[in-house]
Amino acid sequence: MSTVRHHILTVHVENKAGVLARVAGLFSRRGFNIFSLAVAPTDDARFSRITIVVDVESAPLEQIVHQLDKLVNVVSISELSPADAVQRELLLATVEASPAERSQVIQLVGVFGGEVLDVGATRLTVMLAGPPEKLDDFERLLETYAVADLQRTGLVALPKIDGRSVRPLREPATA
Amino acid sequence: MKLTGAQALIKSLEMEGVEVMFGLPGGAILPVYDPILGSSIRHVLVRHEQGAGHMAEGYAMVTGRPGVAMVTSGPGATNIVTALSNAYMDSTPLVVITGQVPTASIGTDAFQECDITGVTMGITKHNWLVKTAQDIPETVASAFHVATTGRPGPVLVDVPKDVSFAEMDWHWPPALDLPGFRSPSAPETADVQAAAALVASATRPVIYAGGGILKARAVEELRVLAERTGIPVVTTLMARGAFPDSHPQCLGMPGMHGNYTAVTALQRSDLLIALGTRFDDRVTGRIDAFAPGAKVVHVDIDPAELNKVRRADVAIAADCKLAIGALAATLEGAPAPDLSEWWSQLRRWQEAFPLYYSQSDEPPIKPQMVVEKLRDLSPDDTILVSGVGQHQMWAAQYWRFDHPYSWVNSGGAGTMGFAVPAAIGAKMGRPDRTVWAVDGDGCFQMTAQELVTASAERVPVKVAILNNAYLGMVRQWQEMFYGERYSEVYLSPDLPDYVKWAEAMGCVGLRAESPDEVGTVIEKANAIDDRPVVVDFRTDAFEKVFPMVPAGASNDDIVVHPAQASGR
Ligand SMILES: Cc1ncc(C[n+]2csc(CCOP(=O)(O)OP(=O)(O)O)c2C)c(N)n1
Ligand SMILES: [Mg+2]
Repeated sequence: MSTVRHHILTVHVENKAGVLARVAGLFSRRGFNIFSLAVAPTDDARFSRITIVVDVESAPLEQIVHQLDKLVNVVSISELSPADAVQRELLLATVEASPAERSQVIQLVGVFGGEVLDVGATRLTVMLAGPPEKLDDFERLLETYAVADLQRTGLVALPKIDGRSVRPLREPATA
Repeated sequence: MKLTGAQALIKSLEMEGVEVMFGLPGGAILPVYDPILGSSIRHVLVRHEQGAGHMAEGYAMVTGRPGVAMVTSGPGATNIVTALSNAYMDSTPLVVITGQVPTASIGTDAFQECDITGVTMGITKHNWLVKTAQDIPETVASAFHVATTGRPGPVLVDVPKDVSFAEMDWHWPPALDLPGFRSPSAPETADVQAAAALVASATRPVIYAGGGILKARAVEELRVLAERTGIPVVTTLMARGAFPDSHPQCLGMPGMHGNYTAVTALQRSDLLIALGTRFDDRVTGRIDAFAPGAKVVHVDIDPAELNKVRRADVAIAADCKLAIGALAATLEGAPAPDLSEWWSQLRRWQEAFPLYYSQSDEPPIKPQMVVEKLRDLSPDDTILVSGVGQHQMWAAQYWRFDHPYSWVNSGGAGTMGFAVPAAIGAKMGRPDRTVWAVDGDGCFQMTAQELVTASAERVPVKVAILNNAYLGMVRQWQEMFYGERYSEVYLSPDLPDYVKWAEAMGCVGLRAESPDEVGTVIEKANAIDDRPVVVDFRTDAFEKVFPMVPAGASNDDIVVHPAQASGR
């Protein structure tokens, strides 16, 4: 997941109807690949933050950033280098587990520091939050059981407090 | 003051200084057509909404002011999509107003509903769906600001019918809230100095001037830079007239159908000074073989154009007028580089490979001859408009572009049918100037109905149809690259009868069938100033545009006219 092909962009956008379609439309029409995209409001109700993990092999980062910046609703863009960011992603999975297997799954979840959220007769739903690589490992081990359903949220990230500062690629416009 | 949303919309357009708008009413936009009665804005009723869009483009291209068009929802809105796409590709400022079904009906597949903001997201700089009447002044002002600031382009404002009916408190000027909209302006001094250093050490520099020069109104700065340095200038299809063709340093047009010297100068150059241009594939040919020995200074107001196609050694995101001015100022007093060897090489190419065609005394008329005669017999400041195809290339090659804002064509999108409506818009923007459209027979048939608009509105444009009875450009490709297998390109010279059609549309219709008639017919057309004129020039169906760089080939593999081929 965190190879050099990937860059994390934190994009502040105006909280307006259609903004996500504008960002997604730009990526698709310009042939830029997205690995993941997470969007949520910020503490300022006028803006949302989109965290995009982009594939810089599909296009140079500079081109992606400049094209994004042309969207009128995009206010600012910064790049977070994986080394200088705290990154988290959330995974939910429903696993088929016979009563005999159940404890193994619960144990696995415990080793990774996840949680069991729901238990049925032959299934259980588990959760893990963590850096994407940890989720990759967890997902691989889960696959030794029958995974009925699996959902990941995509990455969100903030700069490390004592890390190198974020590279602001485009500052917000001054009024 | 209480106004309806519709009244506020028209009043906002008036406050933005709009004098002319182009459009056609329908259900969803009906409320807005009411306050047009009594407005200072002249509304031109088109016969098809695509025409409204291209008229607005023609108007914008010759005046530098944004073109304005207004249409209804659904099919009215989709009919103007081609023009939006065209304006987006050529960076032409347009403000298009569309009616929309009432807010409560949006998303229900209501009659004439179309998600036009969704449709046009990728072909506008931005678009807005207005939510309340109170937002109208701010939205219109934002639309004009975005369309005209930085790299110009089209915007669209979608107005639901209930918003037009609703009451609002009129206020002007509105405060703009565009926290994410910005554009570079002045260049960094260090970058300008780096560019100047490259200029000083180049031995085969070329100024590669693009349409951005015109958008930035930087014609004078370009002239100063060119004359101060003695560097040759090529003007792209979008920049014809940005540097006078009759200037001794002008090499003319580069590109797929550029002249040999302009194309080859770029190829052999050691420094491209690319100004307001975007390394379009029609200019570069195969990109990895383009100007292999050249360093690049690239100035563009759109940072996304820098390093997009060709990596620049010095990339300057700035307004062309400021950047070229700064570069020229930095070079003032510096010894001009010695380019004498370069110039003698360029002159040798010019002598060996001028544009070439051969006209006999007999029919058929050579299309290039028509363009040359038009050029020589029409006023020096005539505005030339063209469609898309062979005739466009002959117009771009053979006209003498000595004035900026006098060439109106569809470059990036290559939209057939552009010429007639764009010529009407251009004439409305510059009623004092003669406006000639050089059109193809295929193109003419796509939008000719707007000549009815021109007659009704008394807009005396002139249209020269280079009637070769073919979709000529496609025919040329089939001849050259598909083994003369002609598939679906024949049109017929006399179906329709262009003279009768012109007359039916309230125009004067004329025809020239042999070379000796060409001059007389043009003089007759030039003498008419009270109505549109259409001239049907029966031209050689088999003439091809040369030179030509085949699609995907390197500019080194430029194909010259067969009569010149032995000289290579
Ligand atoms: C709307 C549209 N459809 C198709 C094309 C493809 N095309 C490019 S040039 C051309 C032929 C144009 O024919 P005509 O107007 O007669 O011009 P000529 O090339 O004969 O001068 C065609 C079909 C286009 N550019 N635009
Ligand atoms: Mg034709």
